[in-house]
Amino acid sequence: MKTTRPRSHRLRGFTKILLFLLPSLVLFFGLVVAPILLAFYASVFKWNGMRGLPTDFIGMTNFTRLLADEVFLGDLWRGLLLIIFSVAIQLPLSLGIAMLLNQKIHGRAFFRLLFFAPYVLSEAITAVLFMMILKPTDGLANYILGWFGIDPLDWFADPSTVMMSLFIVMTWKYFGFHMILYIAGRQGIPKELTEAAQIDGATGWKTFRYVTLPLLGPTIRISVFLSVIGAIQLFDLVWIITGGGPSHSSETMAVTMFQFGFKRFQVGYASAISVVMFFISLVFALFYQRYVMRRDLEGASTVLGDQR
Amino acid sequence: MSAIRRRHSPTSGGPLRSLSLHAIVVITALFVGIPLLYGVLGGFKTTRQLSSNPIGLPDPWVPENYTGVLASGSFWRMLWNSTYIATLTTLIVVAVSALAAFVFARFAFRGREALFTMFAAGLMFPFAVAILPLFVLLRMFGLLDNPLGVILPQAAFGMPMTIIILRGFFRAIPGEIEEAAILDGCSSFGFFWRILLPMARPAIATVSVLAVVNSWNQFMLPLVVFSDDSLSTIPLGVQQFQGQYSTDVAKVMAYIVVAMLPALGFYAVAERQLVSGLTAGAVKG
Repeated sequence: MKTTRPRSHRLRGFTKILLFLLPSLVLFFGLVVAPILLAFYASVFKWNGMRGLPTDFIGMTNFTRLLADEVFLGDLWRGLLLIIFSVAIQLPLSLGIAMLLNQKIHGRAFFRLLFFAPYVLSEAITAVLFMMILKPTDGLANYILGWFGIDPLDWFADPSTVMMSLFIVMTWKYFGFHMILYIAGRQGIPKELTEAAQIDGATGWKTFRYVTLPLLGPTIRISVFLSVIGAIQLFDLVWIITGGGPSHSSETMAVTMFQFGFKRFQVGYASAISVVMFFISLVFALFYQRYVMRRDLEGASTVLGDQR
Repeated sequence: MSAIRRRHSPTSGGPLRSLSLHAIVVITALFVGIPLLYGVLGGFKTTRQLSSNPIGLPDPWVPENYTGVLASGSFWRMLWNSTYIATLTTLIVVAVSALAAFVFARFAFRGREALFTMFAAGLMFPFAVAILPLFVLLRMFGLLDNPLGVILPQAAFGMPMTIIILRGFFRAIPGEIEEAAILDGCSSFGFFWRILLPMARPAIATVSVLAVVNSWNQFMLPLVVFSDDSLSTIPLGVQQFQGQYSTDVAKVMAYIVVAMLPALGFYAVAERQLVSGLTAGAVKG
């Protein structure tokens, strides 16, 4: 035995750590890292996805084709549109409702429970429910519009209203989630701060604008981040409700990828879409964490505190 | 009452103002509640009743749509599939992540932070990015049309969030407890298993609830992995049923209302854990 004691000790420690980490490393590398690498590999081939590995190397052709494809460029535009809608409409709504429910309103526990409930339902159930509510001729939504003398809309069936209809469904499903984040963030703000502002004579609006809102900064930034990541990967709702139609007018990147990968067997091209989605997420996340959430990540995120 | 309210809440003004604030909440409640109510009542109507009387109470009440769903074997099989997949996913993701979180929280070694960052980075990547190559890999492993083909990827993609939340919790447990346990002859695993896990029960409950909800609602993965209908989970079944009976709206409504019940029931029981998990995950992610 030549090994000194401390070294064998350290070796034992290393094996122990390895044993604890092994299952997670295997799962993570096998099912998260490997697929992403495989997507990179397949994206430079022309490949129908049949068994074995691709052989027909075509370099960057898939990417140049992608960037010239009107449907894909449309996907990017529609993704941006959804992000703008979310940030401009859905988040203020969630924030506003959260602030209202933070007050002593009658039945606020009930409202909170109700507003968050859609988040728990699957996208599939939500999609089918709204396909019936927003049915072109005799759906519930058109019936209600009729009370106000508004002509029935075609909702998902009309390229000019399909994105708006989708956004209504997304708001219904997700605003409660953002509301919950804001409520938690609001509860993390010490009462003394808002009380102090009021003693100094600040009105309700001024207290909100100059005390509450800045202190909610980290929560708002997280909420925007999650909205953007959600918009990049939007699939389930669109796939079930419209399949991307009518004539690509509601297609998202994930839907286009799915069409080419699983329906048209252009797996190389679809992989190129996956790679682009990967880079968009990566660049956005790095940029956002570097420039927007920087202060929050430096241990300043006392706002949500410890919720456990 | 209004004086008390004014003192406690910075934004409330006079009675008129508070009335309009109430109105906003009530309108939002209608926006959220009416679709759900429409579904529940619609299930008790016939499709013809639905188009002539979309908003009123059913007349007469028709329970056949609901009893039809409850009597169909395929619904119960899907419920079982979803339950089975959610349970196994949760067991695996929590067990594997707890081991990793333990190491990240309580061991010091070179490369720890880099490794942890790598796991945490998994959080940024939408599932949709990996679905296509994942399908190719699962086919290579022979895991298509196999519940494991859904369970394992779900567990893998659920790990980042679970590890982040659990690590935070494990870190908060004082080092003295560990020292005392080691002095009393406890091994690392013994400490983890007999002391850390029982102490971390609330955190374990939180991440488990997250894992169950995520698995329960997962649509894309079962969609590509299962071509055999007998393996369908509830979201797949809902989509198929809609495709099959798209003209019989009332029947579809009854179906989705019944399909909602397990999720809503679970929500009623585990709302606190779900909310704390989502807020903790959002902050630490």
